[in-house]
Amino acid sequence: MKKVYSRPKTLKKVPFHYCPGCGHSIVHRLLCEVFDELKIQDRVIGIPPPGCSVFAYNYIDVDMAESAHGRGAAVATGIKRACPDALPFSYQGDGDIAAIGTAETIHAANRGENITGIFINNAVYGMTGGQMAPTTLLNMTTTTTPYGRDLKLEGYPVKLSEMLALVKGATYIERVAVNSPANIRKAKKAIKKAFQTQMDNLGYSLVEILSPCPTNWKMSPVESWKWVDEVMTKEFPLGVIKDITGEKDAD
Amino acid sequence: MATNLSRREGCAFIQAESEVSAINMVYGASLAGARVMTSSSSPGISLKQEGISYLAACELPAVIVNMSRGGPGLGSISAAQSDYFQATRGGGHGDYRTIVLGPASVQELADLTHRAFDLADKYMLPVIILGDGMLGQMMEPIEFKHEAPPKLQLRGRAVRGAKGRPSRIIKTFTSKPSEMEEINWSLFRRYQLIKKKETSFETYMTEDAELIVVAFGASARIARGAIKNARAEGLKVGMLRPITLWPFPSEKLKSLARDTKQFLVFEMNMGQMLEDVQLALEGEGEISFHGRPGGVIPTPSEILKVIKRLYHQKGLKKAK
Repeated sequence: MKKVYSRPKTLKKVPFHYCPGCGHSIVHRLLCEVFDELKIQDRVIGIPPPGCSVFAYNYIDVDMAESAHGRGAAVATGIKRACPDALPFSYQGDGDIAAIGTAETIHAANRGENITGIFINNAVYGMTGGQMAPTTLLNMTTTTTPYGRDLKLEGYPVKLSEMLALVKGATYIERVAVNSPANIRKAKKAIKKAFQTQMDNLGYSLVEILSPCPTNWKMSPVESWKWVDEVMTKEFPLGVIKDITGEKDAD
Repeated sequence: MATNLSRREGCAFIQAESEVSAINMVYGASLAGARVMTSSSSPGISLKQEGISYLAACELPAVIVNMSRGGPGLGSISAAQSDYFQATRGGGHGDYRTIVLGPASVQELADLTHRAFDLADKYMLPVIILGDGMLGQMMEPIEFKHEAPPKLQLRGRAVRGAKGRPSRIIKTFTSKPSEMEEINWSLFRRYQLIKKKETSFETYMTEDAELIVVAFGASARIARGAIKNARAEGLKVGMLRPITLWPFPSEKLKSLARDTKQFLVFEMNMGQMLEDVQLALEGEGEISFHGRPGGVIPTPSEILKVIKRLYHQKGLKKAK
């Protein structure tokens, strides 16, 4: 029989603890595939956030160090400046990167730090019980917006990737989703490009990934995949948001 | 620092957007095995506490300088010592300690910075240099007694990419409380060792003293002048100056209480180190306190007045 797929070398042989239908496990696997294909497993340093994916270090076989909420970009900056050959990436949720870590993220991008952000947008605080996140959609019900996110009280969903695109030091920003085989393939391409951008010393790269959280969305995995397409992508359209990799020279 | 470090081979200098970011850059650089430091003044140090707790948890060396000022809140910009509790009790969340060094001169700022980096590397923890706005703006001739450090070996736990070795994880988070308890025990054992090995202090004219002033940093500098003048008037006054504020020289203080019964704690706060003195003396001797908070810098003559009053009140013997 023809072998069409095998476990990436960098993905440890450990069963995921994530809920059925969660996007984290898919993204972890994509990262490992990219690390294998770019042959960078021994240069990558992962910075997982507090939250469900703090355990990313149990699955991805690269150097990893935990960080405080929101501080991924600052920690990655410290690593990169101390060890320029390393390829640090922060793995951050929406609450992490678009609320508590907004300042660190925007300023790291503005300095043009050669680091990569993997931004998991599931529109809620997942691990803590599905509270409203900065990216929660208008009228969306969460445990802290039981009557739906009210524009007058809670404001609009924060579009961090679009904000970052305005920052001059940012080089490559793309929004993808992991809710269908076609989208998963695109997501992998984007992740690969982000790390290639860093390897080429072109500056700050970020991939925002719309990622289902069926548990907190109170949906079945299949429903959650549909919801990403039908609702989430209307507020957070997929595609390249900024790409100046072709215009920049590696320094 | 910006001039010397930003262009030197193998060094880096970053002006961070915030203290929170700065301490996390320190955390990142320490992860990667670099010798790294950050500095700020009181309100900024409050912001750094989150990162200091993470550094302590993950056993990462770093040096944090606090040239403290009057507080609480925005406070004043003049020298104060009101961050003693924050520095010596951990400061951030969780059960941890940092080594705290209290320089009292520009010479000591240089010497203790050197020592701070060595201690951080030796014990794998953050070390705090607790100065104040007075030391920070003082000019004094100094001698750089130490050679520039030779190229240091890379620490065993540095994360720089898993080249030729298994991948490494630096973390404390665990869902098992028993594992976290073990981490705490391991830190505690190290703290006990530090107490035993690294406690340092200076004594000044304590041999025949009827009254011993306990003061650190800038206060000790002020007290020294007062003590000199008191001695000229025949008052037998001495001083114990803790150099490590944590670990605090409790045993030394206790031993001084064998011959001296009167202690005057003088701080530029409302009595923070005072509690360490009370803990150390365990009821031995009698403790008085003089404190000026908020950024007020008392003069040696003010302290001399306090000493003289106390000397008179307690009926202490003058030198013949």
